[in-house]
Amino acid sequence: MIELKNVHKAFGAKQILRGVDLSVAKGESCVIIGGSGTGKSVTLKCILGLIRPDQGQIKVAGEDVTATGDRDAFLARFGMLFQGAALFDSLPVWQNVAFRLLRGSLKRPRAEAKEIAIAKLRRVGLGPDVADLFPAELSGGMQKRVGLARAIAADPEIIFFDEPTTGLDPIMAGVINELIREIVVEMGATAVTITHDMSSVRAIADKVAMLHGGKIRWHGPVAEMDAAHDPYLTQFITGSPDGPIETLR
Amino acid sequence: MSALITRPLALLGATVLAALATVGRVTRFALDAFRHIITPPFYGREFWHALVHVGYLSLPVVGLTAIFTGGALALQIYAGGSRFSAEQVVPQIVALGVVRELGPVMVGLMMAARVTSSIAAEIATMKVTEQIDALVTLSTDPMKYLTAPRVFAGLVTVPVLVAVGDTIGVFGGWFVSTQSLGFNPATYLQNTVDFLEPPDVISSLVKGAAFGVIATLMGCYFGMHSGRGAQGVGRATKSSVVAAAVLILAANFVLTQAFFST
Repeated sequence: MIELKNVHKAFGAKQILRGVDLSVAKGESCVIIGGSGTGKSVTLKCILGLIRPDQGQIKVAGEDVTATGDRDAFLARFGMLFQGAALFDSLPVWQNVAFRLLRGSLKRPRAEAKEIAIAKLRRVGLGPDVADLFPAELSGGMQKRVGLARAIAADPEIIFFDEPTTGLDPIMAGVINELIREIVVEMGATAVTITHDMSSVRAIADKVAMLHGGKIRWHGPVAEMDAAHDPYLTQFITGSPDGPIETLR
Repeated sequence: MSALITRPLALLGATVLAALATVGRVTRFALDAFRHIITPPFYGREFWHALVHVGYLSLPVVGLTAIFTGGALALQIYAGGSRFSAEQVVPQIVALGVVRELGPVMVGLMMAARVTSSIAAEIATMKVTEQIDALVTLSTDPMKYLTAPRVFAGLVTVPVLVAVGDTIGVFGGWFVSTQSLGFNPATYLQNTVDFLEPPDVISSLVKGAAFGVIATLMGCYFGMHSGRGAQGVGRATKSSVVAAAVLILAANFVLTQAFFST
């Protein structure tokens, strides 16, 4: 479904991606792990076409993302949950969720779009009373849920989750992880998640890819992750300050 | 020794190149904004919000600025004119000064202070919190959704604000002149109306449209190109206001020359 071949990206003199190769099958949930600044977000943005890679090829369902003609139709296949939820402050919750359904090629009548938004909010555990509130009136966990509802509002084929549990308490993080897993399975969507949170990895992933030094260092099923003999992966999983990954003290 | 000469020259060259690159980027941004204004899809709701924010909500500050400016101008003209027994020209000079220059310039600068800063801060915050990226992933072009409605609102509402500001400014002069300088109310107004000519009013409205575009465009440009974090938002806001104010004053000079140089 998603295929990256030898993807390079630099910002000025700083080389972020140095030949990323990764493939995610249809209906699979792949979690990309790695330290801060290793290029996880850049990889996602390259797949979405928000950032153009300097070299390499990215294909989504066989279509080259850099050569796609109809951007609207291309992006309509995706849903994305952003790290800070990225809800639009000026719009009430239901309009955030139904944003795609109120404009563009997927436009529906306003009443129908609101009904769908309320149904999606219910799916992520929020009542219809939340629909008319503004994002600033919600807690961090509720904002993540609204972001999740927005990501799934148009029933996308592919969903991206950028640090879905950052800033949440462990219980709320567990709830969000469970919700993500349930929704991805229920929708049959292909999911790519980037995170540092190992509890997310274990809850969400079918496959895990570790990004380090601008390349995929390890890639395999989540069940094989703990037994893998890769010192970089082991250090990351255990959170040890000692190991091949350099740390600042 | 040679470094002493080449280093300042290199610095000067780099500064000029950077300035030219910025002019190029702003020009391309402006052309892109106008392309989005005239090509569908159109976001009516966003345009309506921009109209209210840029136009209607600016009325109080425009009115207050204009009335005090008109009043102060009347006092100055009266005091200056009395030195050579020309106090009677107060209505004409106030009308000319307010309509041709002070009205549009004061409204333009108020737009830079009120509208440019708020647009830049809002869009920069949206950028920092990934709301701009979210728009793109939701198949919505940020230039079309954020920039085009605001710039179009600036183009159509600021001339109206200038017309309101001109009227209130003239009224400020009339009020001061009739209340404390001994002018006859009806004669003052008659002199004002008789003296103003269509090009005075047209130039005022054209300046308003140009200043409206500059103020909104600078807010959008610096907001969209903001750096990271709170510092990035602060820098974008400050730069947008400075750029808008300088460009408004420069455009005022160019337009005044175009309309009135003989």
